[in-house]
Amino acid sequence: MTTRWTRKDLLGLRELSADEINFVLETTDAFKQVGTREIKKVPALRGKTLVNFFVEPSTRTRTSFELAALRLSADVINISASASSLAKGETLKDTARNLEALHADILVLRHSSAGAPQFLANRLDASVINAGDGAHEHPTQALLDLYTIRERRNKIAGLRVAIVGDILFSRVARSNIFGLLKLGAHVTLVGPSTLVPREFKKLGVEVSYRIDDVLPNADVVNLLRIQHERQRREYFPGIGEYIRLFGLTKERAKLLKPDCLVMHPGPINRGVEIDSEIADGLQSVILDQVTNGLAVRMAVLYLCGGISG
Amino acid sequence: MKQANQNTTGAAAATMDAEAIRRALQRIAHEIVERNPRLTDVVLAGIPSRGVEIAQRIAVFIHQIREIDVETGVIDVAMHRDDVGTRSELPIVRETKLPLPLGERTVIVVDDVLYTGRTVRAAMDAINSFGRPARIQLAVLIDRGHRELPIRPDYVGKNLPTSGNEKVRVRLEQTDGQPDEVHLEKL
Repeated sequence: MTTRWTRKDLLGLRELSADEINFVLETTDAFKQVGTREIKKVPALRGKTLVNFFVEPSTRTRTSFELAALRLSADVINISASASSLAKGETLKDTARNLEALHADILVLRHSSAGAPQFLANRLDASVINAGDGAHEHPTQALLDLYTIRERRNKIAGLRVAIVGDILFSRVARSNIFGLLKLGAHVTLVGPSTLVPREFKKLGVEVSYRIDDVLPNADVVNLLRIQHERQRREYFPGIGEYIRLFGLTKERAKLLKPDCLVMHPGPINRGVEIDSEIADGLQSVILDQVTNGLAVRMAVLYLCGGISG
Repeated sequence: MKQANQNTTGAAAATMDAEAIRRALQRIAHEIVERNPRLTDVVLAGIPSRGVEIAQRIAVFIHQIREIDVETGVIDVAMHRDDVGTRSELPIVRETKLPLPLGERTVIVVDDVLYTGRTVRAAMDAINSFGRPARIQLAVLIDRGHRELPIRPDYVGKNLPTSGNEKVRVRLEQTDGQPDEVHLEKL
């Protein structure tokens, strides 16, 4: 392991090298073990202040970052703001000024606008961690997905990974695509043609509109959440139609190889993207993803927040 | 290669050769056996990377003396250091491996060079997060002085008086791919 981490910020997986991604995954091994100790806390970031700034609502990502920071002995402040009341550019500048005034060392940002974390990273001495920006990237989610695959299969290169669902609007899909391709996996995107544009082929992935063709060869199936609360009715006719064509039903799951991993970034819509029997079944690693998310975020906070500003 | 003067601490002067290192570790093994009647309670926990190798070697010597396989472990100190954020390069974090529970155990922390004592403090901190061992002892190949904390080794391979502008270089075949050697370098 000769790579060293030199980045102040984690904005996306697109700009990371395969070596850097592997370095984060190896560092995660050490932090995952902290969760098994009698005292689940280490002093690595003692005296540092982390601000969780979530302009878009999120419970699990925010609490995962919060717990990760607490286990590293950092102090945590949570700030949320409703996106509707904020005008993008100018407000972000104000945000930056406020955070500097708080002497924050690490800023974890979720924002509805792609590029918002980059904007702040360029203006702040503090480390900026992207916790999801628009439909752009969600790097820690992809890192925890990669970590979970690596943990179960001992490798990533050569595996066939199917990402199913709303690809077009998914930052999780984008970050996963970048990370998986860099580490040598084969990626197939599956979903309605309206949500899986052929444009994505330029990234080096395959595109399919027939899930039954893809499942038998897959080593990993990553099901994305159908965000029906966003009323994207124009993209597919309805939930029933989606389940019939793309849902991982009990019947359809019989097509899977016995050792195929079933993943989902959560929160799951039982009976929509995935049937309950499959979500709770032996192939499901959905709860491993949650556990690993904490360890991955500890590693990322340690690496980005630990280098001197 | 130029022959260094015996009386100087020039870069090329070997302070310990492979044979001297072997004898020092063998002697430490004897002292550990004398001081710890219940060897099955002992854990030799090395600090990566050379401390881990030294712990393995001491375990082999103990086996030669008593035919007991003393358990070995690894203590990662990176996430317990008190200087994170002041260094431009982060120490690599590794997994700690200790036999659990620690309750009745004697954990012997093993490292190559004892200097300020801060690494040992971090190691004790790391051990305590896994439980409360009966006792913690410290074994080092080299004690070079200049302590900044009230820490004293229980087992020392060699006391090596140094000045602050010198660096103690330990090379071990398994960790460095070079023949075993200890030498002093002027910074």
